[in-house]
Amino acid sequence: MARQKLVVIGNGMVGQKFLEAIVEAGGDFDITVFGEEPRAAYDRVHLSEYFTGRSADDLLLAPADFYAQHAINLKLGVKATAIDREARTVTGSDGSSVPYDHLVLATGSFPFVPPVPGHDRAHVHVYRTIEDLDAIRASAASARTGVVIGGGLLGLEAAKALRDLGIETNVVEFAPRLMAVQIDEGGGAMLRRKIEALGVYVHTNRNTKEIVDGEAARHRLNFADGTVLECDMLVFSAGIRPQDALAKASGVEVGPRGGIVVDDQCRTSDPSIYAIGECALWSGRIYGLVAPGYEMAKAAAQQIMALPDAALFQGADMSTKLKLMGVDVASIGDAHAQTPGAKSYAWIDEPNGVYKRIVVSSDNKRLLGAVLVGEASDYGTLLQVMLNGVALPAQPESMILPATDGKSSAGIGVDALPDTAQICSCNAVSKRELCKAVREGAHTVAALKDCTKAGTTCGGCVPLVTQVMNSELKKLGVEVKKDLCEHFAHTRQELYHLVRVGKLKTFDEVRNKHGVGLGCDICKPTIGSILASCWNDYVLKDEHAGLQDSNDHVLANIQKDGTYSVVPRIPGGEVTPDGLLAIATVAKKYDLYTKITGGQRIDLFGARLEQLPLIWEELIAAGFESGHAYGKSLRTVKSCVGSTWCRFGVQDSVGMAILIENRYKGLRAPHKLKMAVSGCTRECAEAQSKDVGVIATEKGWNLYVCGNGGMKPRHAELLASDLDDVTLLRYIDRFYMFYIRTADRLQRTSTWRDNLEGGLDYLKQVIIEDSLGIGAELEAEMALVIGTYQDEWRTTVEDPVKRARFRAFLNSDAADDNVVFVRERGQVRPASADEKAPVAAVKEEA
Amino acid sequence: MNLKKYATTYVPVCNIDDLVPGRGACVLVEGRQVAVFRLPRGSVYAIGNHDPFSGANVLSRGIVGDLKGELVVASPIYKQHFSLVSGRCLEKPDVCVPVYPVRTLKGRIEVGSEPVPDGSRVA
Ligand code: SRM
Ligand SMILES: Cc1cc2nc3c(=O)[nH]c(=O)nc-3n(C[C@H](O)[C@H](O)[C@H](O)COP(=O)(O)OP(=O)(O)OC[C@H]3O[C@@H](n4cnc5c(N)ncnc54)[C@H](O)[C@@H]3O)c2cc1C
Ligand code: SF4
Ligand code: FES
Repeated sequence: MARQKLVVIGNGMVGQKFLEAIVEAGGDFDITVFGEEPRAAYDRVHLSEYFTGRSADDLLLAPADFYAQHAINLKLGVKATAIDREARTVTGSDGSSVPYDHLVLATGSFPFVPPVPGHDRAHVHVYRTIEDLDAIRASAASARTGVVIGGGLLGLEAAKALRDLGIETNVVEFAPRLMAVQIDEGGGAMLRRKIEALGVYVHTNRNTKEIVDGEAARHRLNFADGTVLECDMLVFSAGIRPQDALAKASGVEVGPRGGIVVDDQCRTSDPSIYAIGECALWSGRIYGLVAPGYEMAKAAAQQIMALPDAALFQGADMSTKLKLMGVDVASIGDAHAQTPGAKSYAWIDEPNGVYKRIVVSSDNKRLLGAVLVGEASDYGTLLQVMLNGVALPAQPESMILPATDGKSSAGIGVDALPDTAQICSCNAVSKRELCKAVREGAHTVAALKDCTKAGTTCGGCVPLVTQVMNSELKKLGVEVKKDLCEHFAHTRQELYHLVRVGKLKTFDEVRNKHGVGLGCDICKPTIGSILASCWNDYVLKDEHAGLQDSNDHVLANIQKDGTYSVVPRIPGGEVTPDGLLAIATVAKKYDLYTKITGGQRIDLFGARLEQLPLIWEELIAAGFESGHAYGKSLRTVKSCVGSTWCRFGVQDSVGMAILIENRYKGLRAPHKLKMAVSGCTRECAEAQSKDVGVIATEKGWNLYVCGNGGMKPRHAELLASDLDDVTLLRYIDRFYMFYIRTADRLQRTSTWRDNLEGGLDYLKQVIIEDSLGIGAELEAEMALVIGTYQDEWRTTVEDPVKRARFRAFLNSDAADDNVVFVRERGQVRPASADEKAPVAAVKEEA
Repeated sequence: MNLKKYATTYVPVCNIDDLVPGRGACVLVEGRQVAVFRLPRGSVYAIGNHDPFSGANVLSRGIVGDLKGELVVASPIYKQHFSLVSGRCLEKPDVCVPVYPVRTLKGRIEVGSEPVPDGSRVA
């Protein structure tokens, strides 16, 4: 039999999930996919991150070779224009006609734009695709004020994006409150208060009548009640409508208010046509969330493959947890208490902006729904309690009242959940599957994510996944400890705090007060680093010398043969010809292998321990300082040439890079720190891959944070825009000191950020708005480090006692005969074991 | 090894003050590289300087400490721990480095010219 032909219209999130489901189940079809958008399926849920550093490519859902690898004919930029149900063909906008045995409609939805006069003016947008965001960004460049029409979930997301673009933002809502569908009045009021506190203006009860030319701005909105609002740009987010035109035109049944009617098998009125995702109408409902769409995709794939135990779609729970402008908002089940006899309990904490309400059955036994605003860490537990009908404690309110005994407030732990409880709804992962994966060796959240996919879509379930993991680990007898090591029953953060508050100045003081034993290669360098971050003593002082990692102890990087590399600091990568000559002279004299590093400086390899002070003495005389290539400390500040020479540069990026490098050199931190400064948006210094990146704008500097190259690259995110020099430095001071205060040992800023409760918004609040009131303190701590900087190599070569320690042997001037070089491409390199063998043989005989 | 034949000649190598408390250094004893460590309270240990995992002569430059009560140094290259008392590698107990007899006389450190034979090692 010839292979069956499968055609999919729409390559959005759900269409893509469908393809993956087919591939995973080993389906053997000739597959053609029509995708109207110019690119393959991307993560629409995280669309807004396109504005905070993720590129269109980063957002793609599948690896680039997915389609080729599975022989899927993906027609990008091609719209399906007609379905001939009799001939069973689909016509494309490219003129093609593709036959099908099975057809899947995954056309999604489109933003509803109310037909008010003026809705089609320039600088009026919707918020659904990458192209929409490009258009919004372009408008924002010439706009001061913006309006989002629609105060629902997507409207608030769009408002946040406008605000991040530096636009003064208004939200206009027809209903009397925000997010009227998902949350109740009390929750809506709290949400409004929090959003207004962030500088977004909210106008409820406003019915937009028309959009006309403005007086002071581009547009003017005239509302039905006679009030007006002016703005330069506008985004409509007034709901979505299923994309059902194609189905309708071909005679497939659609609902009275739109949506392609499907049954539990996701089949339409034509049995060879399926519809899934936001275009499908199941039991009179459209599901505007990705998780139900994924369930449909799975069901449709298994139906088409006629698997014996094929899944059905039988409705989905619409509970959601979101972070809107940094505010946690969650809605579970019957949030509006519409079930007859339902009763509710509420907790309102105005000072902290927290609102929580649970809705329970008339007999107080079952949870029916909940609304959480401002603090939603109990979302996962409450959702599972509702979905699984877990019996409520005698006092249901205990589930939302704040903890008084340090325990999690939800009175029901993960252990009460049945094995079948679906912990990650996006990826349909049950508690049983998670526990199994833990038993099979996935002992970290990252490993669990990898092997079960739980937590990889919206991320809302991660706290619960963590709880399930910890509980299972405990059952396995694996201790879940965050102790630094056997000598200190504290985390790095706790030790940092203890050192600062207790004004502890040495390892012995810390150990005597808070630890046991001699210490080890984990706690000694960690505490050494904390002491250096706090008090900035010379690291080779006798009381600190024993703490330093072997590299820090000799102020150089050890190589595989026990020799060292020497990296002089070259701030911003700027070096004079005389400087180069000095380096060259030293390299020649000591026969060092010389290489330009990836960090815009020069590395000299093959120095013997006893040569280090001699080499540095000469480098210091030529004006060089330690480059700290060995330390968990500031490495390099890369720069591009900037406005001084480059025809596109808008600021002096080299000057700024040098200023910054000299400011933070010597700063010790939980892990190494890398920075870069680019002179314009072309970004030649790759600042967005650095812990702190600075990019020049016409008006000043944009500050990016928490980027990483290395094993797990991560783009930096925009923290603040158009800063003047002073503010820029102030924010970096605060950022670094806050990181040093709160990060784990060996945690780069990127992983720290990924684990930071509250994410980028929280970071902005702390750094920019000073929400914790510690801004001045952090700046003072940084000022102390900057003020006490010394070039530790200079201090070392000037101290005869310290210098004397740089010897191969305390009792001999001989050199280590195990260090053997051979020459390659005109320079030395370590000899391999084979190359060394003859030498050893000769020695034996001698 | 024959235990009876084991007798050590001690060779003076350095002063205790040449060593920083809590760190080691390398000395040459009749052509052999020996890593000598000074613990914070003043006791002294000596093992071979050669790191069997990397092949480099570097153990004297590691961080010293204790793990579950055992005195250890961590190799600066790949971080395996070696017992200062038995020379045994904690991560791979079948790998051992030599242990040298060592004593301090009036502030002078002396190291045995031969490693402690396998059979007389403290377990
Ligand atoms: C010399 C250099 C390679 C070169 O020949 O260009 C280098 C060499 C080393 N890198 Fe690197 N890295 C060098 C640039 C980079 C870069 C590129 C950059 O900085 O622009 C990266 C990616 C950017 C980043 O860090 O985000 C990089 C990511 C790493 C990583 C992975 C970090 C991560 O977060 O995944 C390590 C491992 C670690 O630090 O734990 C590492 C570690 C090392 C170590 C220290 C490994 C070691 O312990 O022996 C190497 C020793 C260097 C030495 O002896 O001097 N090196 N390394 C570069 C020195 C730059 C400098 O001037 O200081
Ligand atoms: C900013 C934003 C934030 C969101 N946040 C969340 C969230 O936090 N949680 C959540 O659950 N959901 C969220 N959603 C909703 C979620 O993105 C959707 O539920 C999901 O994308 C639906 O997938 P789909 O495949 O049905 O539709 P889509 O992803 O819209 O895909 C449909 C695709 O079909 C194409 N298409 C349509 N007609 C044709 C045709 N005739 N020929 C060819 N191609 C065609 C379209 O161009 C589109 O690419 C968010 C949406 C947005 C816009
Ligand atoms: S990439 Fe690996 S091998 Fe190359 S320098 Fe960096 S750490 Fe060393
Ligand atoms: S629930 Fe969305 S990722 Fe798990």
